[in-house]
Amino acid sequence: MAINWFKYSAPTTFYSLAGKLIPWFAVAAAALFAVGMYIGFYIAPVDYQQGEFYRIIFIHVPASILSMFLYLIMAGYAAMGLIFNTRLSAMMATAIAPTGALFAFISLWTGALWGKPMWGAWWVWDARLTSELILLFLYLGFIALHASIDDPRRADRASALLAIVGSVNVPIIYFSVKWWNTLHQGSTIKFSGTSMHVAMQQAMFIMLVACWLYAIAVILARVRSIILERERHTKWINELPEVKHVA
Amino acid sequence: MKARQKRFLFIAVGLAAVGLAVALVLNALDKNVSLYFTPTQIFNNEAPQGRSFRIGGLVEEGSVKREADGLTVNFVITDRHKSIPVIYKGILPDLFKEGKGVVAQGKMEAGLMRADEVLAKHDENYMPPEAADALQKAEIANAASASAVVPASAPAVIK
Repeated sequence: MAINWFKYSAPTTFYSLAGKLIPWFAVAAAALFAVGMYIGFYIAPVDYQQGEFYRIIFIHVPASILSMFLYLIMAGYAAMGLIFNTRLSAMMATAIAPTGALFAFISLWTGALWGKPMWGAWWVWDARLTSELILLFLYLGFIALHASIDDPRRADRASALLAIVGSVNVPIIYFSVKWWNTLHQGSTIKFSGTSMHVAMQQAMFIMLVACWLYAIAVILARVRSIILERERHTKWINELPEVKHVA
Repeated sequence: MKARQKRFLFIAVGLAAVGLAVALVLNALDKNVSLYFTPTQIFNNEAPQGRSFRIGGLVEEGSVKREADGLTVNFVITDRHKSIPVIYKGILPDLFKEGKGVVAQGKMEAGLMRADEVLAKHDENYMPPEAADALQKAEIANAASASAVVPASAPAVIK
């Protein structure tokens, strides 16, 4: 059976597909957030060094992972938009940026809240913290650059270049704790496995999945609005029941 | 070559070039990117002279001494090869402990660091206290059995 991969790369079909998927992702995300928080705050044991303070890890680590992965996905969509000249790719990149920026901000914010009681400082200019801050600025730069150019197709191309160049920063964030000496500790979850206690691992994994589902739901909702806005002159948009109703 | 293949090639080559440039810059700035110097680096005169910098390592066991004012602390930072004594007046972070990671910022004065900031550096292991206890006991038992088997002339292995 031949699958038509390109069917859903058209905004027309993707718009309705996204609309159907959003509630599922949103409900699953809410349920997993509840379960993950419960395990993280009630079932996972205290840490031998950090006591209760370490529990912020269940938000801090998933947010950091998402901020880095979403950047790579955003840069991937931006590159696809440049190479194949597909409309939807650039719209996806634009839709991902605010969520990525949000996760980068949460990562930095929870990191500061964690750093003060444990390290003794809200912030240090070590390689891990600084490169994550640069990631936040890259997201904000991408959003600002896209918003500053009136013609959306030109805005797509300019911001796509920024996104692609900035992707060099992601491996730097990941390996920073290995390449240089930093105040931030090394990776707990490595490619070779983890030394973490089982209940802690479960809580973190569930929170990570919940963050993914939330990110997907929000990004799909955002890309739907972008499609509506940018394709507003087309016939199919004006034939949508929700658009007709308003008009 | 189709136009889109050309664009792909352009992006791939561009990204590789940017990556290489960043790698070279970071490599050249290696010392500036690192947050602290180890005691060994300080003994090798790699640390800046006459200005404030950070030193990192472990708090040597048995080295923490508080002065009568209750606020001034003397301790030694070690990387298991070289050690640097530190004097600090102020509040220490909760995780400051003998045998644990520490980063101190200050100026060197005749082989002694006068620190104005002391930060704790914790490791990447998270476990309940019971597990940590069990690990420590196993390590002690291991060390005891290992020293019983290995002849006394064998060189000591330092992790």
